[in-house]
Amino acid sequence: MLKKLFIFTIVMFGFGYALVPFYDKFCEVTGINNLLQPDVLTKETQVDTSRWITVELDANTRGLPWQFRPLQSSVRIHPGEPVDVMYEIRNDSDREINGQAIPSYSPRSLEKYLRKFECFCFTKQVLKPNEVRQMPVQFIIEPGIPADINTVTISYTFFELPSGAKAIKDN
Amino acid sequence: MAAVQDHGHSHGHDDHHPTGIMRWITTTNHKDIGTMYLWFSFAMFLVGGTLAMGIRAELYQPGIQILEPELFNQFTTLHGLIMVFGAIMPAFVGFANWQVPMMIGAPDMAFARMNNWSFWLLPVAATLLVVSFFVPGGAAAGGWTFYPPLSTQGGLGVDMMIFAVHILGASSIMGSINIITTILNMRAPGMTMMKMPLFVWTWLITAYLLVLVMPVLAGVVTMLLTDRHFGTSFFNAAGGGDPVLFQHIFWFFGHPEVYIMILPSFGIISEVIPAFSRKPLFGYSSMVYATASIAILSCFVWAHHMFTAGMPVTGQLFFMYATMLIAVPTGVKVFNWTATMWRGSMTFETPMLFSIGFIFLFVIGGFSGVICAIVPIDIQVQDTYYVIAHFHYVLVSGSLFAIFAGIYYWLPKWTGRMYNETLGKWHFWLSMVFFNITFFVQHFLGLAGMPRRIPDYALQFADFNMISSLGAFGFGLTQLFFLYIVINCIRSGEKAPQKPWEGATTLEWTALPTPAPYHSFETPPVVK
Repeated sequence: MLKKLFIFTIVMFGFGYALVPFYDKFCEVTGINNLLQPDVLTKETQVDTSRWITVELDANTRGLPWQFRPLQSSVRIHPGEPVDVMYEIRNDSDREINGQAIPSYSPRSLEKYLRKFECFCFTKQVLKPNEVRQMPVQFIIEPGIPADINTVTISYTFFELPSGAKAIKDN
Repeated sequence: MAAVQDHGHSHGHDDHHPTGIMRWITTTNHKDIGTMYLWFSFAMFLVGGTLAMGIRAELYQPGIQILEPELFNQFTTLHGLIMVFGAIMPAFVGFANWQVPMMIGAPDMAFARMNNWSFWLLPVAATLLVVSFFVPGGAAAGGWTFYPPLSTQGGLGVDMMIFAVHILGASSIMGSINIITTILNMRAPGMTMMKMPLFVWTWLITAYLLVLVMPVLAGVVTMLLTDRHFGTSFFNAAGGGDPVLFQHIFWFFGHPEVYIMILPSFGIISEVIPAFSRKPLFGYSSMVYATASIAILSCFVWAHHMFTAGMPVTGQLFFMYATMLIAVPTGVKVFNWTATMWRGSMTFETPMLFSIGFIFLFVIGGFSGVICAIVPIDIQVQDTYYVIAHFHYVLVSGSLFAIFAGIYYWLPKWTGRMYNETLGKWHFWLSMVFFNITFFVQHFLGLAGMPRRIPDYALQFADFNMISSLGAFGFGLTQLFFLYIVINCIRSGEKAPQKPWEGATTLEWTALPTPAPYHSFETPPVVK
């Protein structure tokens, strides 16, 4: 009895850890929290030329000595139209640093309508001392986005990854 | 050798045990350990209560008077942790230690030495928690739920808290392994599962819940620890983790935990109500099944704590309906208690008063729980005083009142003396009145939008906060009065008869003298 219950305890401790990959898989399958994987363009989306949406671009760093900014602070686009924007990062320090960008969208429902095909946030970025890099983001906003949304914000924050840490997802 | 063995076999109901401090440190006797659990939890109750007094003193008026915001946050965090893990849970384990062997006719707990160890881990953990106030940076201040990123940022106090939670978890797991084994293997002949007193049933189910979820808590605090010190990124967004994941794992533990704190009190109430109604419990088997279904359901409702954390509507609906479903078996229990009282020959001694108070106030807490389960309302009242009022109605007037009921009910059996009935009634009525003054107004504060975990508030909340603080001071003083009643009972109470409660039917009353001898049921009783 003692042995059985003790083993059960160990199994439940492992179960706590098993919840981590389970959670990742669950989010991946259901498409919740799908911030860091590229989307695939399945079919040509209709461009809705009757609407304009302003996309504000925002860039932050947290805890690492980088300059990080978008080359244009906002773009006006039609829903459904493929958009390219550029960001620039510069390493101001004299050491090599690994950084990882985490996106954040406003309004929150934007996540459902945003399709990103290319983004620097899909992998970690390694900058040598004083290196400057320009990086594109390629996305469309689906025409299904509610009509009352005229302005959206796409924000990125760079965090430092411990050296030697792997990228978030190796894809 | 032979002489020693002979002595071991023949001493029967003899009170032979070591004396002095070593008696308590080395004891393997379930009654000694139960007593230590109960005194420990009362000490922690006073520590947590002092913190609560600090919180209410600061909230007595708007503005910052007594506690700086940082210290205030440490007070709320440690108040929660100490009351949950230090006061309520050990008190129920204390009851289990005293009562389970006596109620099933067993001589002691199954693993007596492990029992000793699971108790003596507790003071270590409690010391860690209390001392953490005095380390640089102070105690953990991110709330008792220690969500990251706050808990990955704090100082040494957070590490001490994590270590304390590990130790408390280990203690609970050992305690529940002990209880499960005792109940399943050591029942007296004839005591079938469906003849067990309901208190034993509720503890059996609670113990299973504990071994189910306590390891998950240990896992999640370990992840937090490695995130803080060993470069992992379970909850760190920059490293690919997710802070929301913490909330899911934490509440996978945390929701069953609230039932761990209430199921044993259902058990106590189910012993007290029939005894003072002089009728058998109405619907015994439905009580057992209701307890089991509450325990099972409790594992599928955790995300109702996270409705505002970002969740698809499907998820919100599932957790909303699952949560509301728990009201059904809980309703069965309340119905059964009421039906037990129906046309019974009731008398209203202190244990019965606390039990009826429990039913009345727990139902209010249950209803506000159903209200909080409704997603659109929950989004409104999330993190407001409405939630504070709700869980104090189920934890204070629920668990704590049941603990009081149980203590008054079994105190004659434990000490051999009666408590003073008049003082006991005063304790009940003062607790009842001050409790409601403290917490009922918090419903209004919450509906008006006062957020929890803040040391200062907008002026329109001033009146209700003052009322609530006055009630809290009264409630706190009343519990010192309770301490006096218990000491008075132990030192100079009248001698109690074997069965002071006419309607009591369980083995500790019918088969054991009062006070319960140090070694009981060395020859198991036969249950018909």
